[in-house]
Amino acid sequence: MIKFILKRLGLALLVALTVSAISFSLLFMSGDPAAAIAGETASGEDIEAIRRIYGFDRPVLVQYWEWLLGALQGNFGESYYFKLPVADLIAERLSITMTLGVCGITFALVTAVPLGVAAAMRPNSLIDRAALLLSVMGQAMPSFWFGLILIVIFSIQLGLLPPSGSSTPIHFIMPTIVLGYYAMPAIMRLTRAGMLEVLSSDYIRTARAKGASEVRVMFRHALRNAIIPVVSLAAVQMGFMLGGSIVVESIFALHGAGYLAWESIGRNDLPTVQALILVFSGFYIVFTFLADVLNAWLDPRMRTA
Amino acid sequence: MTETRDPILSVRNLTLDIPVGGGTLHAVRGIDFDLARGETLCIVGESGSGKSLTSLAIMGLLAPRIERRADRLEFDGVDLLKAGPRKMRSLRGNRMSMIFQEPMTSLNPAYTIGDQLTEALLLHRNVGKKAARDRAVELLEKVGITAAASRLGQFPHQLSGGLRQRVMIAMALMCEPELIIADEPTTALDVTIQAQILRLLVDLQREMNVAMILITHDLGVVARVADKVAVMYAGELVETGPAGAVFGQPTHPYTRGLLRCIPVPGKTERGAELGTIPGIVPSLVGDVSGCPFRTRCEEAVAACRGAIPLRHRSDDAHAFRCVHETGMATAEVSA
Ligand SMILES: Nc1ncnc2c1ncn2[C@@H]1O[C@H](COP(=O)(O)OP(=O)(O)O)[C@@H](O)[C@H]1O
Ligand SMILES: [Mg+2]
Repeated sequence: MIKFILKRLGLALLVALTVSAISFSLLFMSGDPAAAIAGETASGEDIEAIRRIYGFDRPVLVQYWEWLLGALQGNFGESYYFKLPVADLIAERLSITMTLGVCGITFALVTAVPLGVAAAMRPNSLIDRAALLLSVMGQAMPSFWFGLILIVIFSIQLGLLPPSGSSTPIHFIMPTIVLGYYAMPAIMRLTRAGMLEVLSSDYIRTARAKGASEVRVMFRHALRNAIIPVVSLAAVQMGFMLGGSIVVESIFALHGAGYLAWESIGRNDLPTVQALILVFSGFYIVFTFLADVLNAWLDPRMRTA
Repeated sequence: MTETRDPILSVRNLTLDIPVGGGTLHAVRGIDFDLARGETLCIVGESGSGKSLTSLAIMGLLAPRIERRADRLEFDGVDLLKAGPRKMRSLRGNRMSMIFQEPMTSLNPAYTIGDQLTEALLLHRNVGKKAARDRAVELLEKVGITAAASRLGQFPHQLSGGLRQRVMIAMALMCEPELIIADEPTTALDVTIQAQILRLLVDLQREMNVAMILITHDLGVVARVADKVAVMYAGELVETGPAGAVFGQPTHPYTRGLLRCIPVPGKTERGAELGTIPGIVPSLVGDVSGCPFRTRCEEAVAACRGAIPLRHRSDDAHAFRCVHETGMATAEVSA
C-alpha cells in the first residue's frame, strides 16, 4: 500500500511538472508578452524597455526555472492588471471557490449515491423512474438557466434566499444546489449501473447464502464494490468544480477563482492566468491522487498496480 | 419414492416457473426426493436441466420473479415454504450452506479471506472476533491450506482457483451445517485439481456427518461417493434411487444413455468418441406434457406423449418415470 502511494505520488509530481511547463509556455504562445503589457499604443522602444524590465529577453529555460522556483514558494509574480501579487489575489478568491466546490460535490454525492442505490434496488420502480427524470433534467438544464430560475423563485418571488454575494453561509445555498445538481446525474447513473452490475454478481449470492441481511448485502457487499468508479468520477468532478464553476460564480456574483480566471483572460493578465491554471490543475492532480489512494483502499486488486 | 426415515430434507412436487418473454418457462416440474442426515445425494444431468435452480430453491435464493411451488419443502421439520426472510437467513450459512460453481467470482474482491470466512460465524453465533478467526484458521487447515493464519489477511485475487474453492468449502463449514449443497464445485477448476477438491469435500462430509447434495457431471465421482443418485432431465427427475441400484440396473433410457457416455478403462478404445445422446432438449416454455426425453429416446412410442407413470424396480427406493415397465420397449414385446 505504501509502495502504491509513493508510486502514485511520483506520477502526480511528474504530471504537475508537465502542467507547469505548459502553463508557463502560455506566456509565449499567446504572442509577445512585452507587447501585451505595453498596450496597443506603445512604441517599439517602450516594448523593448518592458521586455528588459520583465526579463523576457533572457533564455526561456532560465525564465521557466525562476518562475517555477517562485511558484513553489507561492510567488507567482505580479498581476499586470491589479499590480498586486498574484498569490494574494488568488488566495483571497480561492476560499470562496473551495467552499463552493466542497459544498457542491457533497450535495451531489449525498443526493446521487442514495438515489442510485435505491434505483438499483428496484429497477423500473417509481423511485427508479423519478431518479431517471431528475437526472435527465439535471443533464438537460444549463446551469445558468437553472440558477436564474432559482433566483426568480427563491429570491424574487419568495424572498427567502439572497440572490448574490458570498458574505454568509446562506448565500451559498443556491450556488451549491446549481453546481451540485450539475454533477449529480452522472454520479447517480454510475452508482445505479454499478450497483446493478454488482448485485448480479456471484459474490453477492455468496453473501446471501451466508445469511447476510439485505441491508448488509446492499451496503457492505455491494456498495463497497459499486462505489469504486464513482470515487474516480467524483474526484474529476470536484476538480472540475474548483476550476470550472465560472458560470455559477458569475450568476450568483460569487467572486471566486473561476470568476477571476474569466476576468483575467479577458484582460490578458497572463501571470494571473498562468497561476490559476497551475492551481486548477494542481487541484485535479491532488484529487486524482486522492481518488487513487481511496480506490486502492476500496479495491485491493488495485494496490499492486 | 419411498419415505426416508427422519429426513433432514424432504422435497415433494417441487415446481419452478420462470416468466420469460414468450410465456412461462417450466424449468423444474414436480420433483421429489428425501435426504437423511449424513447422506450424499448426487444429482446428475446435462446443463440446463434445472440442477442449480433446484439447489437455489432449497436455499431460498431464487430470483424474486421465479415462482416456487411444492407440496412439501421441509428442512429438519422447518417448512421452508412458509419460512419468512428472517427465518431463511437464520438457516442459510448456519444450518444449510452452499458451495458454488465459480470460485473465481464467488468471493467478494473487496474483503480479506479472513473477513469472509468469519462472516457467517459472526452473523449466526455469539462469538468474538478472536474465536471466529481461530475457527477460520482451524478450517483452512482442514481444507488443506498451508500457512493458514497468514492467509486470513490475503485477498481473493491473490489465490488460485483451487485455493479459492478450498476457501469456499471452509466457508461453508464454518457453522457446522447439517446440509451442504455443492453445485458443480469443481467444474470451473483445472482437471488436475478437480479430483483433489472433490475428495476433500467428500472426506469432510463423512468426517462431519453432514448431509450433502452434490451436483456433478462426473459419473465416476458419483459412482464412488453417492448414497443416492437422482438423474435430472429437462426439469424432471427421471430416475432416482440408491447409487448401487441406479448404477447396477440403470432403467430409464436417459440414464442408460448417460452411463454409456462414461469411458471405461481398458474397454474404451483410446481416441474413441465419447458416447453422446443425439437430439436436442425440448423447449420448456408453455405447455409441457408427456415425457421430455421422448424426442431423443430410442424406445419412444406414441404413449410417451401422455401421462408418464412413476414406476419402481425391485428395490422399492429405485424409481423411474417411463411408459415402459422396464424402461425398454423391446423387453415388453418379448415378455
Ligand atoms: N434467472 C433465470 N431466468 C430465466 N431462465 C433461467 C434462469 N435461471 C435458470 N434459467 C433456465 O432454467 C433452466 C435450468 O437452469 P439451471 O438450473 O441453471 O440448470 P443446470 O444447473 O442444471 O445447468 C435453464 O434452461 C436455464 O436457462
Ligand atoms: Mg448449474
